[in-house]
Amino acid sequence: MDAYLVSIGIVVLIYALLAIGLNLQYGETGLINFGHVAFFAIGAYASALLSLKGVPLWLSFPAAAALAALAAVPLGMAALRLREDYLAIVTLGFSETTRLVIQQEEWLTRGVQGLPGVPALFASAGTGARNWLQLGALVCAVLLAVMATRLLQKSAFGRLLRAIRDNEPAVAALGKDPAGYKIRVFMLGAALAGIAGAFYAHFVTFITPEQFVPLVTFYVWMSIILGGVGSLRGALLGTLVLVVFLEGSRFLRDLVPGIAEAQMAHIRLGVVGLALILCMLYRPQGMFGKRVP
Amino acid sequence: MLLAEHITVKFGAFTAVDNVSLQVAPGELLGLAGTNGAGKSTLFAAIAGQMPLDAGRIVFDGVDISRQAVNKRAAHGLARTFQVPREFASLSVLDNLLAAAPNEKSETMLAAWVFRRAAARREKTWVAHADGVLDLLNLSHLRDLPAGGLSGGQKKLLELARIMMREPKVVLLDEPFAGVNPVLIGEIIKVLRTLSAKGIALVVVEHHLQALKSLVSRLVVMDQGRILAQGKPADVLDSEAVKAAYMGGAV
Repeated sequence: MDAYLVSIGIVVLIYALLAIGLNLQYGETGLINFGHVAFFAIGAYASALLSLKGVPLWLSFPAAAALAALAAVPLGMAALRLREDYLAIVTLGFSETTRLVIQQEEWLTRGVQGLPGVPALFASAGTGARNWLQLGALVCAVLLAVMATRLLQKSAFGRLLRAIRDNEPAVAALGKDPAGYKIRVFMLGAALAGIAGAFYAHFVTFITPEQFVPLVTFYVWMSIILGGVGSLRGALLGTLVLVVFLEGSRFLRDLVPGIAEAQMAHIRLGVVGLALILCMLYRPQGMFGKRVP
Repeated sequence: MLLAEHITVKFGAFTAVDNVSLQVAPGELLGLAGTNGAGKSTLFAAIAGQMPLDAGRIVFDGVDISRQAVNKRAAHGLARTFQVPREFASLSVLDNLLAAAPNEKSETMLAAWVFRRAAARREKTWVAHADGVLDLLNLSHLRDLPAGGLSGGQKKLLELARIMMREPKVVLLDEPFAGVNPVLIGEIIKVLRTLSAKGIALVVVEHHLQALKSLVSRLVVMDQGRILAQGKPADVLDSEAVKAAYMGGAV
């Protein structure tokens, strides 16, 4: 049970990194990114492939972040000049394209067979200790990301991001280039997703393209909506609630007789959907969000 | 200062602005009037850079800016306000001003994470500057409130305040008096005169001819995409062409 709880903790923190990145993009800047999972996948595959080639993990993690951030540049240049709803469509398309490329380029990624035997983070420690160490490393990573985000929020940079979110044409009319700031935030969120991907790959040690479907993106969206858009605390708490529910509801099946595992998976999603609808109806600002006048 | 030559802007087959030329001198208070659909807002958008030109060119401070993006033109000192105010609703009034300040040095991730002391020092200077502007515009009591909660007239003043955080050479004002109560109109006129006295040229688009008459030194009236008349406000308003355009002389 202990080991199971630690695993859940690890998954929560990986999703927390994703949520912090998306909160920067959407909550602070207003960028609708429906392709967050692409950068998660790029980070996971980059770090996994590099480490399988013998690159040490302390190098493959930053490489994962850098590659994910770089992947955001062309997408950003093409899409950030578009209206925000188009950005949503383009990013969603990008994430599916990324997954299909990973699936098809078998020479590199082994396609649908996936990459087995990815070196675990802290592999030299025993199985039990390893997960605790991974949890500790993730706690540090999330704390760092939280501190960095807080500093950004309090800075002139953060203020301009919120100004862009509130009224982009006005920012341009004041002589500042919104596209430049948006690309930087896009890259920053992608880098965080890349790090999350690296943690994920070296935690599960077996990755396949099927793990990087759009549903992952929408889980992150659900987290920040439940928690309250634009609130860092909300993003973290929303993630905790969502992942614990998704994982914990596995046990509910034992309590409700006559439901198969596959059916339970759908019921889980249904419940999350219902929770989102109720949240929108009765508390649209989420658990911690502020109402904009 | 600002020279627009033979500007033409078309929407498909419809010519919204038809071969219009306009010149603005430093510190000049120029009014731009006309009925709905006369083309003044389109001309405005073309000068500010929100609308591409079909013909003509715009020279600002000796530089051809016809193909420059909005933010480039603004960075060179061509500012504008909007007919419907575009405040940063969730930001405080003070933060609206600070976001407008030419403080790009602090608006980087490096300044947020590493060079925080230098950024804090610059911030202090800009806050002092912003407080001065708020004081001048009688907005100090709203300083820490979210801008989204201000009245329409206060939002228009806020837009002016944001512009005063920079050092513009020309300010384009899109209907600064529309939907503003009489007390605030007086306030806005006072601010505009202050700006003009500093050598900043102002171009004011306004429906209301009487409000313009008392403010501007030169008036241009547009009709159907062309300039109908221009000159001293009193003379222009007296001209038969203008009276005819404004529904048979009910000026």
